[in-house]
Amino acid sequence: MGSDKQASSTQKAGGISREEVEHVAYLARIGLTEEEKQRFQEQLSDILEHVAVINRLNTDAIPPTAQVIPLHNVMRADAARPCYPPEEIIANAPRVEDHYFKIPPVLEEQEASLGGPPDI
Amino acid sequence: MKPYEATIHEAHDLLRTGQLSSVEITRSVIERIEAVESLVHAFLTVIPEEALEQARRADERRATGEDNPFLGVPVAIKDVISTQGVRTTCGSKMLENFLPIYDAFVIERLKALGAVMVGKTNMDEFAMGSSTENSAYFTTLNPWDLARVPGGSSGGSAAAVAADEAIFSLGSDTGGSIRQPASLCGVVGMKPTYGGISRFGLVAFASSLDQIGPFTKDVTDCALVLNALMGHDPRDSTSLQFPVPDYTRALLPDLKGVRVGLPREYFAEGIDPEVEKLVRAAIDRLRELGAEVGEISLPHTGYGLASYYIIAPAECSANLARYDGVKYGYSAPDAESMWDGYFKTRERGFGAEVTRRIMLGTYALSSGYYDAYYLKAQKVRTLIKRDFDEAFQRFDVLAAPTSPTVAFKVGERVDDPLAMYASDICTIPVNLAGLPGISVPCGFSQDLPVGLQLIGKPLGEEMLLRVAYAYEQSTDWRKRRPQLV
Repeated sequence: MGSDKQASSTQKAGGISREEVEHVAYLARIGLTEEEKQRFQEQLSDILEHVAVINRLNTDAIPPTAQVIPLHNVMRADAARPCYPPEEIIANAPRVEDHYFKIPPVLEEQEASLGGPPDI
Repeated sequence: MKPYEATIHEAHDLLRTGQLSSVEITRSVIERIEAVESLVHAFLTVIPEEALEQARRADERRATGEDNPFLGVPVAIKDVISTQGVRTTCGSKMLENFLPIYDAFVIERLKALGAVMVGKTNMDEFAMGSSTENSAYFTTLNPWDLARVPGGSSGGSAAAVAADEAIFSLGSDTGGSIRQPASLCGVVGMKPTYGGISRFGLVAFASSLDQIGPFTKDVTDCALVLNALMGHDPRDSTSLQFPVPDYTRALLPDLKGVRVGLPREYFAEGIDPEVEKLVRAAIDRLRELGAEVGEISLPHTGYGLASYYIIAPAECSANLARYDGVKYGYSAPDAESMWDGYFKTRERGFGAEVTRRIMLGTYALSSGYYDAYYLKAQKVRTLIKRDFDEAFQRFDVLAAPTSPTVAFKVGERVDDPLAMYASDICTIPVNLAGLPGISVPCGFSQDLPVGLQLIGKPLGEEMLLRVAYAYEQSTDWRKRRPQLV
């Protein structure tokens, strides 16, 4: 899946299809209700139509700006430093076991309708 | 004057001369919060007992001969800034019970100076919004008119200072989130140069744009807060290394030889005529104070909003990927698998605007669209920055409106994302270019405050403060306070 599916279902310049809304929500790992899919399709289409004004500018010769300050690859010495005790690191965790974060099963049922990674 | 009405420098004078203790000033601020908070709703968390304990410690320190302008002075902190052991929600259900295990850099600094934190202020969820209506908890109301929004995203911090619920406060500004609410609430708000104040402990929204800054009752206080917070911090990899001046030395009464540019695109369509009139009157005042004023064009201004609404959501979609229900925050209790847990946690934990921006950013970064949206927007960002670079060949500072309108009514723009986004049309280019910007009150339209925005060169905070101070001292706007009780 990916760009082919997206390109074929784009409906208008700057618009976004319902399939694209579902695909983007999948990439972002956010569940959406049917009503939300409808609303986001409309709102994201409006916003994308608006931001398309930047296409009026010819930027072929312009370098991109990712951030504005002249700093590159700031390094620190590779030296041991104090760190937080495990009890504090896991203090905000929803589920823990001993000094570990506990998560639901990763490998079971991933091919089912639970939104697992079907083909990445 | 009631103690809660004091500025930082006035509170300092009261404390230094022994007229009042920190406990007395702090108690006064807490009583003020108790009196008006049910109207304004500026705070997500108030910590009166902890504040009084901090005040007692500040009084003890002062008794030993210690002195600085912040020792014993009450402050409110936007709830996007980490405070050890004090709930930090970012205005989101996702972090409803989150207790940071460390303080942000700015909190470390304020604690070392002995400032007294009274609470954490309301905000649009994860700092995404211009009205506080995107808070997952409630909407803060404008102290000047309780039917109107205070602006956002740092609306709680702006309203708290305007309503005298804190002597000063801190906010964060990614596209105008300090300057726009400062304008709408009639207080001074500054976004420093990108990299000027460490972002260590600031919960990330759009990392190349986010910056912490102060809300104060006057420009002198703004200079004092910069003295306390500006400077290098190795824990923020985008923190600048520069000699930190004494910013109060920039506070001069005249503007002889200062060159002020008026970017004509900021006075174009969409600006409320009353707002334009007041801003132009303020600029006339700058001329009377000795400034040389000239017009300038920043031709790519009209592309700022579009560039921002690609770049900021793109960065947000990456930054907010961390909310996965594993390490901290809300976690769907009924997750049937790890994958199912991601979808349920993020669906329920995020509000509509945050979801909208994550979706928009994910789309702009997704395969097949990266060049057309994200890369293109970054190139436009270069053009916007070059406009400013050229303008600063001729001018020391640029003057413009902060917000194109006065405070709008609660509910007026909440269902129309594009109308809400337009609230920040005058402030967004400044973040894209990483420049310092300040909003200073410049009058009232129908009894609602209007702000003058001044924009400076990188690390040009002293020039901004000089112009803002000279203007402020030539007016009485700061003496007008909202009538709440």
